[in-house]
Amino acid sequence: MRRFILIAVPFIWLMALFLVPFAIVLKISLSDIALSIPPYTPQLDLTEGWAGIKAFFAELDFENYVFLTQDQLYWKAYVSSLQIALISTILTLLVGYPIAYGMAQAPDEWRATLLLLVILPFWTSFLIRVYSWMGILSNEGFLNQFLLWTGLISTPLVILNTNTAVYIGIVYTYLPFMILPIYAALEKMDGSLLEAAEDLGCSRLTAFWLVTIPLSKSGIIAGCFLVFIPALGEFVIPSLLGGSDTLMIGKVLWEEFFSNRDWPVASAVAVILLLILIIPIVLFQRNEQKQREMDQ
Amino acid sequence: MRRFSWFNATSLTLGFAFLYLPMIILIIYSFNASRLVTVWAGFSTQWYGTLLQNQSFLDAAWVTVKVAIASSTIATVLGTMGAYVLVRGGRFMGRTVFSGMIYAPLVMPEVITGLSLLLLFIGIGLDRGIFTIVLAHTTFSMCFVSVVVSSRLVSFDKSLEEAALDLGCSAFDAFRLVTLPIIAPAVISGWLLAFTLSLDDLVIASFTAGPSATTLPIRIFSAVRLGVSPEINALSTIMIAIVTIGVITASILTKRSSLAKQNDEQAAARTS
Repeated sequence: MRRFILIAVPFIWLMALFLVPFAIVLKISLSDIALSIPPYTPQLDLTEGWAGIKAFFAELDFENYVFLTQDQLYWKAYVSSLQIALISTILTLLVGYPIAYGMAQAPDEWRATLLLLVILPFWTSFLIRVYSWMGILSNEGFLNQFLLWTGLISTPLVILNTNTAVYIGIVYTYLPFMILPIYAALEKMDGSLLEAAEDLGCSRLTAFWLVTIPLSKSGIIAGCFLVFIPALGEFVIPSLLGGSDTLMIGKVLWEEFFSNRDWPVASAVAVILLLILIIPIVLFQRNEQKQREMDQ
Repeated sequence: MRRFSWFNATSLTLGFAFLYLPMIILIIYSFNASRLVTVWAGFSTQWYGTLLQNQSFLDAAWVTVKVAIASSTIATVLGTMGAYVLVRGGRFMGRTVFSGMIYAPLVMPEVITGLSLLLLFIGIGLDRGIFTIVLAHTTFSMCFVSVVVSSRLVSFDKSLEEAALDLGCSAFDAFRLVTLPIIAPAVISGWLLAFTLSLDDLVIASFTAGPSATTLPIRIFSAVRLGVSPEINALSTIMIAIVTIGVITASILTKRSSLAKQNDEQAAARTS
């Protein structure tokens, strides 16, 4: 009996607040927009019994999905989200790898402090970290003032409200997610392997390329997915740092829901986003599982 | 004895400068006398004063803290139960569905979680407010708690529990007296994680809050959409200060307790 309660309580909670809501999204994505409260049709009418249920299912259709494929805006938003997420993941890897590498090579007494310094921003408010770039990247912001002062540029660069600012924002906020798994992989590495490679005539660069990179592969893969997956559905960064022409699907969904109040289309946008996300999530899970098996 | 090579020293310096400079600039400019956030006009703490007189920020901060405490506490209980079921629950019908429901919210985009919960609340006619935010935050943060606690449960020796059961403990007593003290550090870090996630969340709260409740992130977001403001800089500085003190204290405490444990173990090894 006790065991039953132990299983039932979290099970029912997640069922009611995770699975059922998602089923509702799926259902509304098949409905039509209507001028009523709630603003969609058909409504399930259980008072009419079986006939009501039948009538309800008869009215569901894929119209919203057809609409998504016809309207350029959504198509472009999905493509540009994928593109922005992909480019920023690569940039994060390029910025994060040297940091993780430096941490793994650091003297032992330094490591705990360095690790703390990477984790600290993670506990700091995401919103504030994104906001901190607004003052830096604006036309009369800190970066432009600095560049004008050094004489590198003569007119301020327009960075805020462009895609460049979105890239900077994603790299900045997700950097710890990239550093930590790579650091974990590099830290486990046996240093004598590098010495062996050098003894066998490898230059340090070749040894790095042939030994260090392959051994940190699992960390690189994990880090890339940990950045790519949340970046794809990102809302805060494109809406604060991006411009009106920055198309990201999280922002489109938000606007469709709050500004246009088109719930059926917003739901269809959400369903498609999830379908796109399933591929990287499954790949990520596989990588994790392989890693666990290798550790055992 | 290893030293920093010049390459590693440079990459670490540049890397940490990138991570910390934006926040340092933000903190410096929160003490700026000018309303123009990018022109330095002397030291002043006036923005902290205006911030503390701004009732809407104070109200929002209070709502946020209430939501965070309630949701992280419920999430810790539910998440620990979930972890226990996953690791020790054995086989039962719907186990795959259950573990799927624990892991899926971790990677679910916030916009989708928020949208789906809002549609549920409207569907069942629940008035939106503090209560619905607590429900929403509990749901996604309990999954994080489960992951943290289950990684601790996996690593600890099951025979300790079995010994307690053999010595006549009831299943509940065995959990309370043996399992819980061992997994306590993970439960506490799970609570802290849930608390921070709730404090931080803008997207899910915006969907589930309704007009009657405004959390601090919602308030900050609506303010910063209009541009940089010195009051928000002051508020950010306060929040960064609290987090920094909290994280450093926590890391010192864990270091101290692990040192104490090491000493105990060494002492025990000497006496035996």
